[in-house]
Amino acid sequence: MNASRFGDFGGRYVAETLIPALEELERAYADSAKDRGFQTELTRLLRTYVGRPTPLTFAANLSRRAGFRVYLKREDLAHTGAHKINNGIGQALLARRMKKRRLIAETGAGQHGVATATVAALFGFPCDVYMGSEDIARQAPNVSRMKLLGARVIPVEAGTRTLKDALNEALRDWVTNVQGTYYLIGSVAGPHPYPTIVRDFQSVIGRETRAQIRRAAGRLPDVVVACVGGGSNAAGIFKPFEREGRVRLVGVEAAGDGISTGRHAATLAEGRVGVFHGMRSVVLQDADGQIRETHSISAGLDYPGVGPEHAFWKESGRVTYISATDNEALAAFHDLTRLEGIVPALESAHALAALPKLSRALGHRLTRKSVVVVNVSGRGDKDLATVLAREAKP
Amino acid sequence: MNRVTTAFANRKAFIVYITAGDPTLDDTARLLPAIAAAGADIIEVGVPFSDPSADGPVIQRAAERALASGTTLRGVLDMLRRTRAQISVPILLFTYMNPIVAIGIDAFASAASAAGVDAVLVVDLPPEEAADLDAASAARALSRVYLVAPTTPPARIRRIARASTGFIYFVSMTGITGANLGGLEPVERGVAQIRKVSLLPVAVGFGVATPDEAARVAKTADGVVVGSAIVRALAEDATRGLSLVRSLASAVHRAPSK
Repeated sequence: MNASRFGDFGGRYVAETLIPALEELERAYADSAKDRGFQTELTRLLRTYVGRPTPLTFAANLSRRAGFRVYLKREDLAHTGAHKINNGIGQALLARRMKKRRLIAETGAGQHGVATATVAALFGFPCDVYMGSEDIARQAPNVSRMKLLGARVIPVEAGTRTLKDALNEALRDWVTNVQGTYYLIGSVAGPHPYPTIVRDFQSVIGRETRAQIRRAAGRLPDVVVACVGGGSNAAGIFKPFEREGRVRLVGVEAAGDGISTGRHAATLAEGRVGVFHGMRSVVLQDADGQIRETHSISAGLDYPGVGPEHAFWKESGRVTYISATDNEALAAFHDLTRLEGIVPALESAHALAALPKLSRALGHRLTRKSVVVVNVSGRGDKDLATVLAREAKP
Repeated sequence: MNRVTTAFANRKAFIVYITAGDPTLDDTARLLPAIAAAGADIIEVGVPFSDPSADGPVIQRAAERALASGTTLRGVLDMLRRTRAQISVPILLFTYMNPIVAIGIDAFASAASAAGVDAVLVVDLPPEEAADLDAASAARALSRVYLVAPTTPPARIRRIARASTGFIYFVSMTGITGANLGGLEPVERGVAQIRKVSLLPVAVGFGVATPDEAARVAKTADGVVVGSAIVRALAEDATRGLSLVRSLASAVHRAPSK
């Protein structure tokens, strides 16, 4: 198998101007993986700055409700409030190693933008974050945080004014300023080598979870659940379990108003193979190959593509992909808040919303002894306005 | 020698880019013969895409207008098939990859060939990913045009040159379509590097907007591509757009040929 591909997915589908930059990044990343100094610095920052390892919390009340043992991987407790910082730190170290002078990023929910603005402050990079104007309106707290951290937030008015358009605009910036600018992609998407780099930097989630669940439950879990937009938190927690055939992996996409309404972002459920944002993957598109508008209450899942490794895992059957609607995610958001005192991000609430559906999705009944790990990829402070506004409506 | 290469045979070639379906495909069908008559040697027909990440604002807006009127890749090929006999110059189809994947690579190559398309440029398909499309194109005598950028190192230029048929398209600067043309030095250097490894004609585009710029680029290159400036002018007023095509064409054609 070609290193740039996951089965038939992945690859490098970008304009010629960017190819040498991607080749340079691929070489720099391979060198950094072999460099003990780089790895030591990464580990040190993850421990002393990000606050890793994040805890694995046994959710007693939620477990009683669910009928099986639920453990929560607490990425909400990582610095900046979500898993995105794991990748931000790793790629910022790469950018410094490559002697780049400026960071750019795209963001949907703003968590990746905040993570990038944070590492830009830490390492002293100027930073521009592209964000769809629709997302700027619904994620105001994160926009303020990015500005406080010294980043410029550049509103994107093109297309659907969401994550995909922010990514287009970041690509345009990169192609223009390719010498000297490091494009810090936030998901396991885009052209090779990004899906591999981001998955590797996020795999710390799964490695910690393996060790922690062994201590907590005495064995590996039966099921690991994570939400999937582009798919970075899911890839990070799944990857270290990929070869453990007995551990079932479940990815949860955003079904928006319901898949049958057409207003959703369930790419793996409804998409077809295509080429988008530099990768061959599954894409939500019309019959003519135009990218479809998506909908989700969660800005971080509101994306018509998905990382190529997820497309591969779906095709191979290694991961089971299901979906949760806006309303199901909202109910799960309140449940975790009330039952466990943890306010999850709306993205993570999609993973939690899958708990009642797990037995059916897996085709066998989970029992009181079953062990399920849910990745709480981020905390929900940023979503309070969205939740309150929606529930104020008659 | 194929039709596309022939367009460079006797003089510097002037290549006009327009977005198909902007604002409707009927308008495009009327414009194509007029653009050829105004002095274009090759017309680059752009297929509108919802996410044109290599394009600047002018061509983004053109794609939005074209998509709003229901333009599709199949529709563009149908229109070309119907009007091809009236267009006296070679047609280069410019597209992003996803619309081709949606149709299927073989079906696309057949339909493009049947529509009288002479060459295909897929902006987000570098040669490493293009084996299938290259084979399907070769089987139907469609030329393949690839981009070379100022960032492309010499070894890659050789590889791109091997994959190219028709001509090689040098991108004048690192940037998106319609940005400002910088100095001519990178153009001169890039064209010279390509000439070392290929006998194919070299056209230069991205950022060429005025007759003066076109004339300067034509001194170095075998052909000059103008897109955004023409798309913008045509969108404001077709007559003004065609007169811009005429003045650009005469500026390019005045440049001394080899």
